[in-house]
Amino acid sequence: MRIEFTINGHPVNMEIDPSARLLDILRENLDLTGTKEGCGEGECGACSVLLDGALVNSCLVPAFQVDSRSVETIEGLRETEIGKALIDAFCESGAIQCGFCSPGFIVASTALLRSNPEPTESEIRAALSGNLCRCTGYTKIIEAVLLASKKIKEKR
Amino acid sequence: MAVGKRVIRVDARAKADGSAKYVADMSMPGMLVGRVLHSPVARGRITNLDIDSARKIAGVRAVVTAEDIPGGNICHIVIDDMPLLANGEVKYTGEPIALVAAESRSAVEDALEAMNLQIEQLPPLTDPEKYADPDSPRLSGKDNIFAHHKIRRGKTDVAFGKADIVIERTYRTTYQEHAYLETQGMLAVPTQEGGIDIYGSMQCPFYVHGAVATVCGLPQSKVRIIQTTTGGAFGGKEDVPSLVAGWAAVLALKANRPVKLILDRSEDIISMSKRHPSRTHIKLGADKKGKLVAAEVDILFDAGAYATLSSVVLWRGTVHACGPYRIPAVKIDARAVATNKVPCGAYRGFGSPQTLFAIESAIDELAYKLDIDPVEFRRINILKKGDKTVTGQKIRSSCGLEECLERAVQASDFINLRKKLHSEDSPVKRGLGISTIFYGMGLGAGGTKLARTGAYVSIQPDGSVQFAVGTTEMGQGMRTVLGQIVAEAFGIPFEKVSCLPVDTSRVPDSGPTVASRATTMSGRALLQACTHLKRNLAKVAAAEWGTKDRIVNIAAGKAIRTDNPDITIPWNELAAIAFDKKAELTVVAHDSSPPTSWNPETGQGDAYVVYSWCANIAQVAVDTRTGEVRLEKLWAAHDIGKAINPTLVEGQIEGGSVQGMGYGLTEEYIIDENGIPLNPKLSFYYIPTTEDAPTIEPIIVESAYDKGPFGAKGFGEQPLMGIAPAIANAIFDAVKIRFREQPFTPEKVWPELKGLDNED
Ligand code: FES
Ligand code: FES
Repeated sequence: MRIEFTINGHPVNMEIDPSARLLDILRENLDLTGTKEGCGEGECGACSVLLDGALVNSCLVPAFQVDSRSVETIEGLRETEIGKALIDAFCESGAIQCGFCSPGFIVASTALLRSNPEPTESEIRAALSGNLCRCTGYTKIIEAVLLASKKIKEKR
Repeated sequence: MAVGKRVIRVDARAKADGSAKYVADMSMPGMLVGRVLHSPVARGRITNLDIDSARKIAGVRAVVTAEDIPGGNICHIVIDDMPLLANGEVKYTGEPIALVAAESRSAVEDALEAMNLQIEQLPPLTDPEKYADPDSPRLSGKDNIFAHHKIRRGKTDVAFGKADIVIERTYRTTYQEHAYLETQGMLAVPTQEGGIDIYGSMQCPFYVHGAVATVCGLPQSKVRIIQTTTGGAFGGKEDVPSLVAGWAAVLALKANRPVKLILDRSEDIISMSKRHPSRTHIKLGADKKGKLVAAEVDILFDAGAYATLSSVVLWRGTVHACGPYRIPAVKIDARAVATNKVPCGAYRGFGSPQTLFAIESAIDELAYKLDIDPVEFRRINILKKGDKTVTGQKIRSSCGLEECLERAVQASDFINLRKKLHSEDSPVKRGLGISTIFYGMGLGAGGTKLARTGAYVSIQPDGSVQFAVGTTEMGQGMRTVLGQIVAEAFGIPFEKVSCLPVDTSRVPDSGPTVASRATTMSGRALLQACTHLKRNLAKVAAAEWGTKDRIVNIAAGKAIRTDNPDITIPWNELAAIAFDKKAELTVVAHDSSPPTSWNPETGQGDAYVVYSWCANIAQVAVDTRTGEVRLEKLWAAHDIGKAINPTLVEGQIEGGSVQGMGYGLTEEYIIDENGIPLNPKLSFYYIPTTEDAPTIEPIIVESAYDKGPFGAKGFGEQPLMGIAPAIANAIFDAVKIRFREQPFTPEKVWPELKGLDNED
């Protein structure tokens, strides 16, 4: 079947396998491999993307459902003001180890900072609870989101 | 200049912005999808496997069974007993039986289906404690014992006679699943010369190299292993990547096409290694003043169907089984036994978290029995400089345990905080628990054959520096830390240094990246290479000045005349001159660990070259209405010799501690009595999330190791090792109930709390 949607602001029109997941078409057809597969069952958040601005696990979204909608992945978000600030803050805070979870955390944190530019620590914990990280113990990830929020505010 | 600084990791940005390539992100022209047929049962004989039907499915390019393996059907690890593919019989659920490569995922699935696997089931042995029952099947040798290690020190029967108080307790631990976020995966690419290149996620490329050459029947010179960005490992990518690479390799050779084989999450959990479940029985005695006098420990590890790394894992567990204490009389017997379950292997701590859980709980129990405060009891008994471990090893230097303990006690304001927590009137009861532990750095006497490292350092004509080592980055930050060591050695900015990726055809065999050894051992080899290069640069400068080499010093990024320090040649100029003069600017250096002594019959000798030390203080909250236990705060003091990069050290402490908390509180992988896994999914195997993670105060203690690079000793495993017992001890402090089997889930805790309610 054929679908049409926007990916990181660019329109695409493509033929898809009706059983494909959004994650599959991103990684295999569009070569957007920054979105990772950690579990394939909606548990880890490594496949996080924004669908019409809302945070979703792309492993749970059938590809045909994105028809005429807009998808943002890490490859698009890294060019945005919030995405850049988050990436800088994650690097600076030491919030990255193996990195497999990192793009998913940046995506989920972007969604948070867009709706709540100055979240508290407990709001951050709640907003990121769908993303698993096995390496960092989360302390530095939470610090990084606080730092990004502060830096964005200072700039504005 | 660079050492001790919080420089930003070299790989951080590419990982954060999604541009780093993990093996699943790679593709090659003509690449096929590979997949494995696993046994659905724990023990049986294969009665049907329809290969021909599978081969006929459209899009299938290769089907491989045990019979089609070009080389030996063996996954070489420590003992050669595990086949690459099961041959006629299966010994655990998840055992690999056949392989398929095809053009598409759906063709692969159809082919697996078409094989119509049938197995005649046999009764499995799943309870390790029944390994010696006459009715139990014999899975290995005559007695189902893969390994038996002993420690004999003094006469325990005599010593127990002198004890005022003796306790005997049994502790149990369950499986732990690594749950690295990136599952196992490999991409195998046949070369034009009839060899094979392997790209993939791994800790130990040189293990994979040997294993792939064996199964492919190729000379090692035709096999090349390239480590891709690795999404976590924790020991789980030590030995089993050899299996995954072997599968991808034989498929690729058979199809003569590149094959990418990535395990899905359930498949990974079911078929890949785990932390050994254990049962530890301890008899521990002390005199009235609180001095430990004797210990007897009997340890049983459930090794699973094949021996793999069990013997060495058990060895570390044995050496650490009496904790960091002075005990004059000790008898330890430890056995790893065969069962029809997944082969267990390496996992952060390598056999020691199990035995440390037992001893740290027992120490606490004995302290309460003696009516001595658990902190005080540890003060009396912990190892200090000049003391001997239970293997008779004298601790000569770099012993910061006492400092770890005192600093954790101070930072937490232990006495006052404990009083305050106990005075709270609430259905949520709070308490503090402590653990003091140690970690023998490196492979030790159990792995002397593997204990080598090599390093390559090359100064470029523009003054930048490349280096390569054979140990690997798996998230811990090794590439960054080693870069800091090289930069420091020359006195040049960190930005000038870069680390090459690991490729077995280009980097020296450095043994495995395990046992928290990469920083120390690769660091030592790098420093040797740097010293050699500095000598070469000094010669170049001396020739320029027409003086003798020995009055030239290479430091702070320049050549300096020691007789007149105002005369210098800056680094870039020096590199350019050296290049012009054809000086040797590329050096390979090798290092091997200092020898250790070991008597396997008595378990006496120098087990490890040096130890790292740690004290944890845990604050827990037990909700008496639900049985839920939360780790609220943790003070974790680690003596690591020297923090080359404090941010990365904190990252290891925080991450390891939270993994240890999972081990203590929520992580429970269950294989039932028929050998069937019940929860091979991240949705039913609970690793900690942002909402569970405690507030952690990392405390870094630096009691320098004189043979380590700038005093550093490895410690990456240690943060996990002492958390579960600190939690158990804190639960006891809060509700006076002792849990001797982790994890302390609400299902286990709540029923025990009922008595407590009545008292209130
Ligand atoms: S891969 Fe989608 S949530 Fe894990
Ligand atoms: S950094 Fe490895 S899973 Fe988060």
